[in-house]
Amino acid sequence: MIREYEHSVSLDIEKCKGCTACLKRCPTEAIRIRNGHAVINSVRCIDCGECIRVCPYKAKKAIHDSLSVLKDYKYTVALPAPSLYGQFDNLDNIGYIIRGLLDLGFDDVFEVACAAELVSAYTRKYINREDVKKPVISSACPTIMRLISTNYPYLCENIMPILPPIDIAAMLAREKAMAEHPELRDEDIGIIFISPCPAKVSYVKNNFAGDRNYVSATVSVRDIYFALLDKMNKYKEEPYEVTEAGIIGIGWASTGGESTAILNDRYLAADGIENCIRVLDRIDSADITTLDFVELNACSGGCVGGAMTVANPYIAQARLQSLKRYLPVSPNRPASDWIPDKYFHEKEIEYNPYGLLSEDRRTAMRMMSDIECIAGALPGLDCGSCGAPNCMAFAEDIVKCEAGADECTVMLKRLMKERGIETERTEILRRFDEIIQNNHRDKEV
Amino acid sequence: MMSDVVKFHFDVDGSDFSSAGAASVSVKKKLRQLGYSPEVIRRVSIAMYEGEINMVIHANGGTADVEASDDKIVIVLADKGPGIPDVELAMQAGYSTAKDHIRNLGFGAGMGLPNMIKYTDDLRIDTVVGEGTTITMTVLL
Repeated sequence: MIREYEHSVSLDIEKCKGCTACLKRCPTEAIRIRNGHAVINSVRCIDCGECIRVCPYKAKKAIHDSLSVLKDYKYTVALPAPSLYGQFDNLDNIGYIIRGLLDLGFDDVFEVACAAELVSAYTRKYINREDVKKPVISSACPTIMRLISTNYPYLCENIMPILPPIDIAAMLAREKAMAEHPELRDEDIGIIFISPCPAKVSYVKNNFAGDRNYVSATVSVRDIYFALLDKMNKYKEEPYEVTEAGIIGIGWASTGGESTAILNDRYLAADGIENCIRVLDRIDSADITTLDFVELNACSGGCVGGAMTVANPYIAQARLQSLKRYLPVSPNRPASDWIPDKYFHEKEIEYNPYGLLSEDRRTAMRMMSDIECIAGALPGLDCGSCGAPNCMAFAEDIVKCEAGADECTVMLKRLMKERGIETERTEILRRFDEIIQNNHRDKEV
Repeated sequence: MMSDVVKFHFDVDGSDFSSAGAASVSVKKKLRQLGYSPEVIRRVSIAMYEGEINMVIHANGGTADVEASDDKIVIVLADKGPGIPDVELAMQAGYSTAKDHIRNLGFGAGMGLPNMIKYTDDLRIDTVVGEGTTITMTVLL
């Protein structure tokens, strides 16, 4: 049985005005406006966060754990994503962030950027194997993973089977805590990821990496930002703590960082969900054989562009450039050439398509004919006032009995004209008429 | 009467190269909604993609008609382009008459027709020099 995918985007119905901003922006057409507010179809949603970014009323929110989750564990380790480092103005030493996290109550800090350097080293090994299907697609962005698993059956095999830095960091952080504190039981240790995006929250919640969940909870960069800034502003002296990551690990925060780390120019790095979809379509329909590696980031700019960050992604990237200066290239290197089994995904990414009209082909074909017929009669404005993102999606909704034809305002107006129904002259309409008449008169004079 | 065939029609715009390939992406989505297997969808979409690109490169666009039924999917690509003077030569892998600016974009490798043959069960080319080309491809289920 397919377990329902748990998402990390929620809607505040009070704030949602039912405007069409998110409806039009959703790359998988997962949103409809019903009864005056947005409804998200969980089968289609890929947690890209576009709707959170675009909502003018701030009605869409990312769901994540709060810092109070620290109380649930005897021993906690913070796992800062490298994108966190780019959030602070005038920061010249990552040590301040590490010191700040410890002062916020974490017992230890394990930088995800360190694990990223291991993943980069393993990737360089992996893409040179003879039996590997090219291009290898990065497994780091969970939104892209979910997009491929629902839309690109033939690209599932291209996904890099090595776990992304978040899982390897969590695994190593737990091993380190156990080694340093043998008195602790497994459940005493809380591995808390500090995430730039809701997609990583869903990734953790749905055990995407396998049955064993390495990360215990996920807090957002945005939530931790002010608390952390408060601590960091108080330090008079340079902190004792220093970053253990290098240029390669920190580079993973923005687009191209993961790709350049393969040290080979046969790569493609793209960002922004629409661009990523176009790239996947091309890889899927034409045989692009000249590429070894494809890095796709759902967010513009890469992880620094996540919907749970504070800073503008490009400003964050510029800050990271100066933070990386004078750091070693990649201080974290695997002990041997052999990639441990535990660093691989437990199972291959499965293809779980959506959108099937009917299990029965004949029924599906009849429905499709109806959809084509209805779509042809609709105005083609793609205005969104019916609650569907475009006329084709609306036609599908009608055929699936999820919407009525009179929800189309253009059709309704036509219908009213045909039946000779006059719109009631409400007070506001009378006022409109008055304004129009006055303006006409003024023009004539 | 119950419809046993679903038809899709697309106008392939020859003036905007950046939009080339859009029809095959759209067909892919529709075939998925109809429940065809990933294998069939892949064959149809690659063959159609190649044909669509060819129409844009050589014939300033045209029309694409897809008929999906219980036992096969038929793709008809029709254009009013220059026609193919030597079909046998055009079928050869690596043979291409694409201009340099098209090659610079990564197209024109001479694999269009060979791929269309590779991924379909039947391919028919009706071409008249100076009048146009119609390619009919069939993918059996």
